[in-house]
Amino acid sequence: MSLSLVSARLFESFMLNGEIFFITLLLGLPLGLVVSFGSMSRFRPLSWLTKTFVWIVRGSPLMLQIIIVFYGPGLIWGIKGVGRVDATLVAFVINYACYFSEIFRGGIEGIPAGQKEAGQVLGMTRTQVFFKVTFLQLVKRIVPPSGNEIMTLVKDTALANIIANKEIIMMAQEYGSKGYIWPLFYTLVFFLAACGLLTLLLGRVEKKLSYFR
Amino acid sequence: MSVLEVQNLQKRFGTLEVLKNIGFSLDKGETAAIIGSSGSGKTTLLRCLNFLEKPDGGRILVDGGVIFDAADPKTQKESEIRKKRLHFGLVFQSFNLFPQYTVLKNVRLASELLARERPDYRKDRKAILDGLGAEARRTLESVGLSDKLDCYPHQLSGGQQQRVAIARALALAPDVLCFDEPTSALDPELTGEVLKVIRELAERRTTMVIVTHEMDFARAVADKVVFMDGGVIVEQGTPEAVLVNPREARTRRFLTRYSGA
Repeated sequence: MSLSLVSARLFESFMLNGEIFFITLLLGLPLGLVVSFGSMSRFRPLSWLTKTFVWIVRGSPLMLQIIIVFYGPGLIWGIKGVGRVDATLVAFVINYACYFSEIFRGGIEGIPAGQKEAGQVLGMTRTQVFFKVTFLQLVKRIVPPSGNEIMTLVKDTALANIIANKEIIMMAQEYGSKGYIWPLFYTLVFFLAACGLLTLLLGRVEKKLSYFR
Repeated sequence: MSVLEVQNLQKRFGTLEVLKNIGFSLDKGETAAIIGSSGSGKTTLLRCLNFLEKPDGGRILVDGGVIFDAADPKTQKESEIRKKRLHFGLVFQSFNLFPQYTVLKNVRLASELLARERPDYRKDRKAILDGLGAEARRTLESVGLSDKLDCYPHQLSGGQQQRVAIARALALAPDVLCFDEPTSALDPELTGEVLKVIRELAERRTTMVIVTHEMDFARAVADKVVFMDGGVIVEQGTPEAVLVNPREARTRRFLTRYSGA
């Protein structure tokens, strides 16, 4: 069992964790914005429906959601051949979109009404008010709480192994079944490295946005 | 002719009648001071003029043309309200500057966005934007802030922020400039610089409606004083008539309370 071989195999499987991470962010963030608009809608049935959905998603374990998305279509509608990675991605995107939506909602509602009104009385359209006045203030407000969520996401990617996706923990456990336990502990390095990198990156973004208050 | 005429304006929040048959007019170049205790409807009146609240009744006329009529839905279309707002400027009590932009950008942003709607924008983009920039600088110079162009709002004192807010409202050259208690959020030593700017505007005959608690200022600057109480205009007239020799008991009570405080 050479260290370099194990490192290579673990790194390879960590790519799947990376894939889940990036796709969840790429699709989950914009979807989260849409969900937040839904829950803030003045059309009551829509906001009620959205809020109920967010409650269900945030109120149940992500591990269970992955299982439901993977096995559900087959059990309920007899649909065969749902991909393991696809099912995982769907569950992650929906789950994280709901968490992000609450962060966005808090951010949008926290921006003083006077900002929007100042834009309006200067003759701006609704779109201009959102993009020219609200947007950057919103980004500044949501970076710290989103950072928290993003950190959690790095580690949550390990949950993909519940439906036998070969992510890094799964790979390490295979070594475990052959009698080598240390690769499992070794995976810690990968998670810590990824989170460390993200901490630096998020710190940069926060600093970039610190020129205004 | 009146540049602004308000007729029978009414506004309710639920069952609470905030404005009851408000009527007044303002000539070009005149300054009106609206006084009254909190909850009398002064701010709501300004917000109605700027279409931040939709009146339940009454009409608003600018230069003789009806721009809002509660009985006529055609005057209430969202797309047109945006343009009608430009008849009015509003300076808020809490400034509401855009924190992410420099002082100069705060002042020129809205005019830049409006310029995009001009038919010659694509052809003369550079010249138009340069012109707007120069104009924004001039406006900021007129409020004494030439040396703060590249500052961000949080780097300024409250008085300076409010002067930027005044410049921002002036940049769109509104027919009527409204002030909602422009000095109420300021430390006492900073009110002077803001009042001075407003006084200069009055001397240059800018048409203004000022909601204020500064009675001495109202008396010195206003051509007309309007006293509101409980959603109605109790008394209006020259500063002497309303502030020195009020006819109504309610006005007298308000003024004694003020000079006593």
